[in-house]
Amino acid sequence: MAASQFADSGADLTLVGIQKRFPGFTAIEDLNLEIPAGSFFALLGPSGCGKTTTLRLVAGLEEPTAGRILIGGKDVTSTKPHQRPVNTVFQSYALFPHMTILENVAFGLRRRKVSDPVNRAHEALRLVELDHLAARKPQQLSGGQQQRVALARAIVNRPALLLLDEPLGALDLKLRRQMQLELKTIQEEVGLTFLHVTHDQEEAMTMADTVAVMNKGQIEQMGAPEALYELPHTAFVANFLGQSNLFTGEVVESTSAVVAVDVAGIRVAVPVARAQRHAGAVTVGVRPEKLAIHRDAPPADSGTNVLGPGRVIDVSFSGVSTQYLVAIPGAGTIVVFSQNREFGPISHVGDDVWISWNVEHSFGLADVPDEVQRFAGDTDTKSIAAQRREALIAELED
Amino acid sequence: MAFAAFSSTSVVAEPAPRKKSRIALFLLLPGILYLVLFFLTPLVSLVLTSLQAPREFGDIGQYDYAFNWQNYVQVVDAYWPHILRSFGYALAATVFALAFSYPLAYFIGVKARRWPLLQSLMLVLVIAPFFISFLLRTLAWKQLLSDESFVITSLKALSLMAPDAHFTGTPAAVIFGLTYNFIPFMTLPLFTTLERLDTRYLEAGSDLYASPFQVFRKVTIPLSMPGIVAGTLLTFIPAAGDYVNASRDFLGGADTQMIGNVIEANFLVLQNYPAAAALSIILMAVILVIVGVYVKRSGTEELL
Amino acid sequence: MSGEGQAGTVVAGLFETENAETARGSRAPLPRPRRWSPSSWILPAYAILAFIFLLIPIAYTFIFSFNDSLKSNISWRGFTFDKWLNVCAVQNGAVCEAFANSIVIGVVATVVATILGTMIAIAIVRYRFRARSGISLLLFLPMATPEVVLGAGLAAQFLAFGVPKDMLTIILAHTMFCISFVVVTVKARVASLDPALEEAGRDLYGSPTQVFLRVTFPLLLPGIIAAALLSFALSFDDFIITNFNSGSVMTFPKYIYISASRGIPAEANVIASAVFLFAIALVLVAQISQAARRRKLAKQG
Repeated sequence: MAASQFADSGADLTLVGIQKRFPGFTAIEDLNLEIPAGSFFALLGPSGCGKTTTLRLVAGLEEPTAGRILIGGKDVTSTKPHQRPVNTVFQSYALFPHMTILENVAFGLRRRKVSDPVNRAHEALRLVELDHLAARKPQQLSGGQQQRVALARAIVNRPALLLLDEPLGALDLKLRRQMQLELKTIQEEVGLTFLHVTHDQEEAMTMADTVAVMNKGQIEQMGAPEALYELPHTAFVANFLGQSNLFTGEVVESTSAVVAVDVAGIRVAVPVARAQRHAGAVTVGVRPEKLAIHRDAPPADSGTNVLGPGRVIDVSFSGVSTQYLVAIPGAGTIVVFSQNREFGPISHVGDDVWISWNVEHSFGLADVPDEVQRFAGDTDTKSIAAQRREALIAELED
Repeated sequence: MAFAAFSSTSVVAEPAPRKKSRIALFLLLPGILYLVLFFLTPLVSLVLTSLQAPREFGDIGQYDYAFNWQNYVQVVDAYWPHILRSFGYALAATVFALAFSYPLAYFIGVKARRWPLLQSLMLVLVIAPFFISFLLRTLAWKQLLSDESFVITSLKALSLMAPDAHFTGTPAAVIFGLTYNFIPFMTLPLFTTLERLDTRYLEAGSDLYASPFQVFRKVTIPLSMPGIVAGTLLTFIPAAGDYVNASRDFLGGADTQMIGNVIEANFLVLQNYPAAAALSIILMAVILVIVGVYVKRSGTEELL
Repeated sequence: MSGEGQAGTVVAGLFETENAETARGSRAPLPRPRRWSPSSWILPAYAILAFIFLLIPIAYTFIFSFNDSLKSNISWRGFTFDKWLNVCAVQNGAVCEAFANSIVIGVVATVVATILGTMIAIAIVRYRFRARSGISLLLFLPMATPEVVLGAGLAAQFLAFGVPKDMLTIILAHTMFCISFVVVTVKARVASLDPALEEAGRDLYGSPTQVFLRVTFPLLLPGIIAAALLSFALSFDDFIITNFNSGSVMTFPKYIYISASRGIPAEANVIASAVFLFAIALVLVAQISQAARRRKLAKQG
């Protein structure tokens, strides 16, 4: 059994055509995923998108309805959790309350009859700098310390694959940042494959080599954090990872260099390479921090998209930058982030302004525009509440 | 106005501690006094009675206060088999009740969590025996397991029992009756801890390479220890003092008499009050020692 | 020992029409269903067999309440409703008299124990005082003492003071062992009560008496009712302690014990079955109305 030995290094994980149905709803619909060995992979998505279910399937805590799971090329689909070379850092940490910290960390080693479990456990505790608390019970530790113990308890087993189920969710912001750094360092040190599930986009982007954005049981887009951010393929990704200004219009021009869309009578261009669709109604977007605000109409230029004039309807100062809301007739309300290079705002509520950005910064989405609204609505609190309620009713009627 | 309200409450709050302690005293006093009068002093009476000596030239049942500690020697000498039997039967019944109840409580408390109504209905079934006189239940078993009963005649026909053997009147029958009668006392505390058992610990166990059996032994059992301790005490204590099951009119026979039977006979029939009192004190003392040691060893002092 | 209390709380919780959850503690997350396997049938099958086993003597008692028996109710002689229709006809109404005594004793002991126990429960949760641990021990000990010792102790006490044994001594004895159970049950309810509610009552110009009558008491009522039902059940079914302190007074369990040697009339089965059906109906109504409320709440989101 693979579980009887330490993994020398991380193993790759392959999910083939995974489907998971619960009574009343489908959590995952045809999921295919390949995570290379030694990488730090993040599954990012709103609650209820199926990311935790995916993790539990990999851990063996759930059984897929269809599909196969391979770890290091070996099919583990029908293997029980305790026989898989996988360890999990649970969201609730799930530290055994009846054991000391040391016994918690040594638990997996003892089960696998690894020699010298106590010393190895101490070693793992030293790695997370908690060896001095080895004799305590979990309840006597703070949240951050418990989280580190949970991490030590998992990595001491040198699993081929380490699963992290929103392990930082319960920590406060400062501690979370600190733990993110530590996790990343440990991953680099021990060289395991990490699969990290989170709904915190910033966490996913700072820690992971590859981020997969999940929505409604499917992966919307996958890639390096920067690539995902700069070139989202769908409205969901564009809005879930940071903020975006999106405009929809018919394609009026399509050359080998750019695709241009008509937005309320104004031409908005996107480089061909950055547009997913080249004909019909297309949604194009740009990140708020890529925008510039002008008090006077800027000169037209093939390398620049210009919208306006519009009226500033809100200005809010947030330290590093200032957020402006600009209402442009026909194009809707546009969000602009502007670095505070000067004292005071560059324009005020009620000002008439123009917006411009480099054509290179535009992106064109793959979504059919009619569906845009549906995706946008998925993450707001109202629809999450509605999903929760549906799940609760389904559970009660079970 | 709000300010005025604050200032006035702070003025009122000043003498509050004294007033509060007076309220606490008023609330506590009647009940505590009641328990002192009808629980604590009876225990003292019991100790005093256990040391009484027969009145010189008195009738049966007439005793004087004395320091007649030989009563204890006499009752232990006369009834040591009953004392040993009581604790032996109680221990056996506790073990059987635990073995019977644990899977049941696990099913109700853990597996049935997704169906709250079913869970409640099953709990009702567990406590249903409480609602019918336990004497009648025990008598029902006596009839159902009598020599002429279907169960026993079938067992004999299948040669699983010797043709001239009996079930009622044997130690096995008494232990059976004790087990049956105290199963709800075992199941309920087990249920209350298992209901709160966080199944994520079980998942963590299997994630850390523990087989289902190892998860049960290393995680489930230790986490349900408070329920196990409470349930075993709740079964053991009343079972050790019971005298209905072992009575000849119920499931017992001539040589299944327990300490409770002896106390009853001495007190209510023979009117040998000092002997009954001495036996009661012995029973209580042994139980307190066993409870103390048991609770200490199982590391659940916080239960007390 | 909180274990005894736990068991009491569960029993009491079943009587409560609202918020049994708080009495039973917060619910742990639901386990996810595991894969299907032959072993997944073992536990449900076992539970069914276990319930059958638990219910066999009850069914026997119920069935034999319809037995057309003569003096003793041992062998089946045919089906009849007579025993149900003429419960009190047998032995000049001895069964009914014993039953009536049990009801009177149960009601009086329950009322006294519930009042005294509720007062203690409120004091223990809400006030700090010296001798707290001593009082906890005093409340715990009656639950950890074998009944035969409780019975013999009280009997020795009554003997020492020359108190004649009658209905009053039985009531005194029953009240004693019920108090601890009431305290444990009501305590859980008081502890789950948010003190801010009472503070809000005071803030809204309620005098201490008004706050107690209009805020505290209504909120504690389900727990108090549950405790009362529990102590009635305990008193009604008690035999061991009663036997030591009853003199010539007959209670229902004592009647059965004494008749056991010469045969129990079917009328005893009738009374026991009727009590059983009444109690079960009470619990089921409480449970089902609670489940309906839960469902309604969930539907409303």
